[in-house]
Amino acid sequence: MTSVTTQDRPSQTDAPDLSLREKKRLRDKRLKVILPICVLIAFLTAWDLIVVLNEIPTYILPRPGLVLSTLVSDWAVLMPALINTLTITLSALALATVGGVLIAIALTQSRIVEYSFFPIAVVLQVTPIVAVFPLINIYVENIFAKLLLCAWIVAFFPILSNTTLGLNSVDHNLRDLYRLYGASRWQTLRYLQLPASMPYFLGGLRIAGGLALIGAVVAEFVAGSAGVGTGLAMRLIESGYRLNIPRLFAALVLISATGVVIYIILTVFTNRILGKWHESAINRGSSR
Amino acid sequence: MLAEAEAGSARREGAAPPIIRLSGVGKTFDNGTEALRGVDLSVARGEFLSLLGPSGCGKSTILRLVSGLDVPTAGTITWSGATERVGEEQEVGFVFQEPTLMPWARVFDNVYLPLRLKGISRKAAKDGIMDALESVGLEDFAHAFPRELSGGMKMRVSIARALATDPEVLLMDEPFAALDEITRFKLNDDLLRLWAEREWTVIFVTHSVFESVYLSTRIAVMTGRPGRIDQQVFVDEPSPRSSAYRTSPQYAETARNTSAALSSAMAAR
Repeated sequence: MTSVTTQDRPSQTDAPDLSLREKKRLRDKRLKVILPICVLIAFLTAWDLIVVLNEIPTYILPRPGLVLSTLVSDWAVLMPALINTLTITLSALALATVGGVLIAIALTQSRIVEYSFFPIAVVLQVTPIVAVFPLINIYVENIFAKLLLCAWIVAFFPILSNTTLGLNSVDHNLRDLYRLYGASRWQTLRYLQLPASMPYFLGGLRIAGGLALIGAVVAEFVAGSAGVGTGLAMRLIESGYRLNIPRLFAALVLISATGVVIYIILTVFTNRILGKWHESAINRGSSR
Repeated sequence: MLAEAEAGSARREGAAPPIIRLSGVGKTFDNGTEALRGVDLSVARGEFLSLLGPSGCGKSTILRLVSGLDVPTAGTITWSGATERVGEEQEVGFVFQEPTLMPWARVFDNVYLPLRLKGISRKAAKDGIMDALESVGLEDFAHAFPRELSGGMKMRVSIARALATDPEVLLMDEPFAALDEITRFKLNDDLLRLWAEREWTVIFVTHSVFESVYLSTRIAVMTGRPGRIDQQVFVDEPSPRSSAYRTSPQYAETARNTSAALSSAMAAR
């Protein structure tokens, strides 16, 4: 039987290895950036070598350099497409966030509401959006609204389900404590349930960020000839038909880059919010 | 010894009017488990009462009933004169077995919680909160997050939160059970000091004979399934108590008597 938990406060004895730990952390941080870059360079070099050594024609597999130069030379075509896809993705994500959170709050206010409506949300989620699209195509006139609706349906479910889970997984003792002090329903929601569900919500948001982009791209694909050919996906299809493979690759690179940027922004955002208190976001140095 | 205890009981209950009186209280849960049956208990103002018993004997259920978190299925609970207990009007502090802090809120905001729920502004509450933190020795940690604190410190925050509303009655549900012995002894002393300073009435649930003997003025020994109060032991040691009391013959004797009461209660059932 020893005292294990009493001396957690930072003491002077920690001071000497603080700088050492700081150094280790910095090195770890640098590795995190350098390693993926090395892998990327190796990958691109291998790609380039394979194309050159096997004399693969450009219309089958362009060299990475060509993709890059196409990205620059076709920027005038690609940029508006990127902006269109981004607009739909981000609007869908914003609406999914608002919608998902509001519906989750509504669902958790009463068991009866939750039992009645949650299955509908599940149906909405599990039905492949491609299968629903012909209907949306008929019912919704406006192309922007059409694409937005598709991306929204795909993106909102993870936010809804995660936030619902979060709102319901409040510590029972804390709930009792709020009851004991006569908290109103609003106070319980505002001060207890919403903060407690934050890690769950943010997890859902990160998934939704990727899904909103997927939803936007798939919607453009399915809208096909119905669309006016404005987004990145349309450029991609069009380039495929015309065997303009370098541009196809360039569009593809832009789509993945968009996804990566969304992911990074949401991750930084998540760590900012949870950084101080949640286990998932606390930097414990190089633990691996 | 029992006769003496009963005489003591009459003396004390005559001296101070009861602040809480349970008569014939029973509690049967929805799943059919009978947690309590026929519990009669008076708690005098300023008393430090421990509920001692094996796990599952309904100690915690009594606390939940007294606090109003649950309602009894039989009998009544009366608060100092009033026949109907109204939750919001009673100043009750509750300390759970776990510190039960909000991990996203700093220590200050955790202690502020009961006052915030009452609609008191942060500014108006500030002095009271710092006061509460000071009385548990954590005034320097107001801006720390709970995860940065040790188990004992978290428990202190939990106690400071219960202090924040300046309650008359403090209900504690095995608050130190999860702590190591050194920390527990320290917190025992702090609790006794606060009890003396603030003139609380404390109902303290524990399964430790030694803890109950050290802290209480009266120990209600319980037996389980269904839970009821079997015997009572009075602890006459005056306040303030210190670690010298822990090693005194009186302490050893009271602990022996209490242990005997507990074993006979468990054998009787």
